[in-house]
Amino acid sequence: MKQLLSGNEAIARGAYHAGVQVASAYPGTPSTEILENMAGYEDVYAEWSTNEKVAMEVGLGAATGGVRALVSMKHVGLNVAADAFFGASNVGVRGGLVVVCADDPGMHSSQNEQDNRHYARFAKVPMLEPSNSQEAYSIMAPAFSLSEELDSPIMVRTTTRISHAKSVVDVNGDRPELGPPPPFIHSPSKYVMVPSYARPRHPLAEQRILRAAQLFEEFPFNEVIWGDRKLGIISAGVAYQYAREAFPQASFLKLVTTYPLPQQLIRSFAAEVETLLVVEELDPFMEEIIKSMGIAVEGKSMFPITGELNTHIVLQGAMKANLISGTQQGAAATTPTSKPLPPRPPLLCPGCPHRGAAYVLSRLRFGPKGSIPQAKVGGRKGKEWHIATSDIGCYTLMVYSPLFAIDSCVCMGASITLAHGLEKAGVAEKTVSVLGDSTFMHTGIPGLVNMVYNRSHSTVIILDNQTTAMTGHQGHPASGRSAKNEQAPKVDMAELARGIGVKDVNVISAFNLKEIEETIRRCTANDEPSVIVVQGPCPLYERISGTAFRVNEERCNGCKLCLDIGCPAITFDGDKAYIVPPMCVGESCSLCVQVCARKAIEKESD
Amino acid sequence: MLKKVDILMTGVGGQGVIMASDILTTAALATGYDVKKTDSLGMAQRGGSVTSHVRIGEKVFSPMIPPGGADFLVSYERLEAVRSLALLRPDGIAIVDSVAVTPLSVTIDGYHYPSIDEVRESLSAITQRAYVLPAMEMATKLGNPRASSVLCLGFLSVFLELPEQSWFDEIRRHLPSRLHDVNLAAFNAGVEAAQQSRKDEGE
Ligand SMILES: Cc1ncc(C[n+]2csc(CCOP(=O)(O)OP(=O)(O)O)c2C)c(N)n1
Repeated sequence: MKQLLSGNEAIARGAYHAGVQVASAYPGTPSTEILENMAGYEDVYAEWSTNEKVAMEVGLGAATGGVRALVSMKHVGLNVAADAFFGASNVGVRGGLVVVCADDPGMHSSQNEQDNRHYARFAKVPMLEPSNSQEAYSIMAPAFSLSEELDSPIMVRTTTRISHAKSVVDVNGDRPELGPPPPFIHSPSKYVMVPSYARPRHPLAEQRILRAAQLFEEFPFNEVIWGDRKLGIISAGVAYQYAREAFPQASFLKLVTTYPLPQQLIRSFAAEVETLLVVEELDPFMEEIIKSMGIAVEGKSMFPITGELNTHIVLQGAMKANLISGTQQGAAATTPTSKPLPPRPPLLCPGCPHRGAAYVLSRLRFGPKGSIPQAKVGGRKGKEWHIATSDIGCYTLMVYSPLFAIDSCVCMGASITLAHGLEKAGVAEKTVSVLGDSTFMHTGIPGLVNMVYNRSHSTVIILDNQTTAMTGHQGHPASGRSAKNEQAPKVDMAELARGIGVKDVNVISAFNLKEIEETIRRCTANDEPSVIVVQGPCPLYERISGTAFRVNEERCNGCKLCLDIGCPAITFDGDKAYIVPPMCVGESCSLCVQVCARKAIEKESD
Repeated sequence: MLKKVDILMTGVGGQGVIMASDILTTAALATGYDVKKTDSLGMAQRGGSVTSHVRIGEKVFSPMIPPGGADFLVSYERLEAVRSLALLRPDGIAIVDSVAVTPLSVTIDGYHYPSIDEVRESLSAITQRAYVLPAMEMATKLGNPRASSVLCLGFLSVFLELPEQSWFDEIRRHLPSRLHDVNLAAFNAGVEAAQQSRKDEGE
């Protein structure tokens, strides 16, 4: 049956047909839909884990019990899960364990573009890379068999253009009949990694990489496509698609097994072609290994090491290196207008519960000094400014105009801990840290424990919108909702903070500016650690709508105070504010009403 | 057999760009062509720019359309049409909703939002085959402004050789049944608008 599937849908379907019984993940673009699809299968146990390390260990536990398990995450998730990933490599598996990592070259929605292929080599875990949705579907069953045969997790690495691009898949498999898990096998020398048991495991890992390299010589999805033998190209993943399009005449060795590399296959291909190229995104991962085999090959001398590739970039690189001649058609490189186009970055939505806290922080002079006109922060010259360390989520968007409310966003969990470090360094400015509910559950908690234990004075603001909004509204342990969209036990974050030892814990509404301001002022003035949970639902997730507010044109004097909250629903029509009716969520928010000094924003019925 | 066709669709998060390109892609699949599509949406649910690349042909490799390679540009917002113009091939066909969705960078930071004439001028630097129509307005009159995404598909369909039935099937499959009537009407309105434009050109 031919279907149009994204890479992520194909991976899930392939895993389902390979008999996966347990799937665990933490959301992260571009990997999220893998677990969302797994959760749609009734006979698969699927969970959003608290974080990626937890997800990896859950998968390993299931595999240890003899069933097939799928773990998925975005590239930086593997940093969080690295300890468990190396652990899994060390102890090996019983049921197959496949770890899918989705990289994001070009950083469409990530904080970096690390190349996770290094993890496969680093952890001595065999790796497969699909180059379209068909392969993503078809390699899953072999991946699980390999995992069991090699007693090792298998890494499947995708990138955004594989995970999210849709292409045609012949879905030709089916779900096998599955019984209960086999009886548990107690095997301390395999699973209890005291040094005396761990030492013999290392040579086993080395042997399995050699064995994998042998198996990969015959791996059915590696493919040689003969064309003109003047130019031979070794490539994998979506880079192969760009290269195929850029050099329709060349010969190709398309690899799905990218660690360990099938060296015989590469040698015999190289021997047949005059010039050999590696086309790969990000680091020269294959290129360096092939060079170390003593084979003359070019790659990063022509193609960029940063960002995404595409057909155009591949062609340009080849032309610059005089590998091909001629001018490239098309490419009206400049935008044909004289004035710079207005940017349209993502924004906090109308009705977003993060906006109130962001606005108050910027008015209280938290965030980068100088971004906001002095007049707007009630500022006599020389007034002190403060520091807001942030985390990763929708609220990170408060870095943009006109809020400019935060000073950092490094990696998940790094808000609380950076603020603590700043304080302990003796930095004079007051600090607050800002993070979302999902992020607090992910890696925020240890930071808060650390703050209490080590006597911090700082304030933690948890923006609780009851969902993981940025990645598309997944459940998490404080949301009360499971991956299968069922009701789930709900962690009470305020109680948790009290249990950790925070005495000053506040739970307030996200839409009451006065209360937010008073609470932040009080908490940042006192000498003890404090937590403020700011609660308000995500309007996108809850599909909140209401009668739009409207500007009373007689009262509006065009002062533009209402623009300071950065609401996309408010624009200016001539010299008066105008609220775009279908965008405004109405009374559930009302921040603009609260900031308008002339009471010019009113309900439709007023 | 249809030759290779590359279609770029663009607009603002929430306008239905992705759904429209899904309808187009599956309608093309039903005819047995190879198709690929990829969306650039960054964090688009949050009102940012969205683009979707759709490629149809006998065999498609890269999911992304190269610069200057798109045969069609379908834009649901006029500023976004200008932003994506570099991908349109010279004398490719542009179908642009004249509607303006003003970004905050205009309201707050003083950027200039292009007037309809400036947009036409930019388009004409690349192609003489630009159709600027009030799609959102037309869809609003039919009963739902959001049906503009399907209305523009109807306009596009006149230039593509896909069977009418597969369009209708996919519109029904991608939308809840309460929205079928208004969207099918919007599709037809798009078809009519395109036929009218072509007639006018012929004269
Ligand atoms: C280690 C890691 N895992 C996953 C992600 C992807 N990611 C970005 S923000 C985010 C969570 C956002 O949820 P929350 O903190 O509740 O904030 P919200 O978006 O709901 O405001 C996730 C999972 C990441 N950047 N890093």
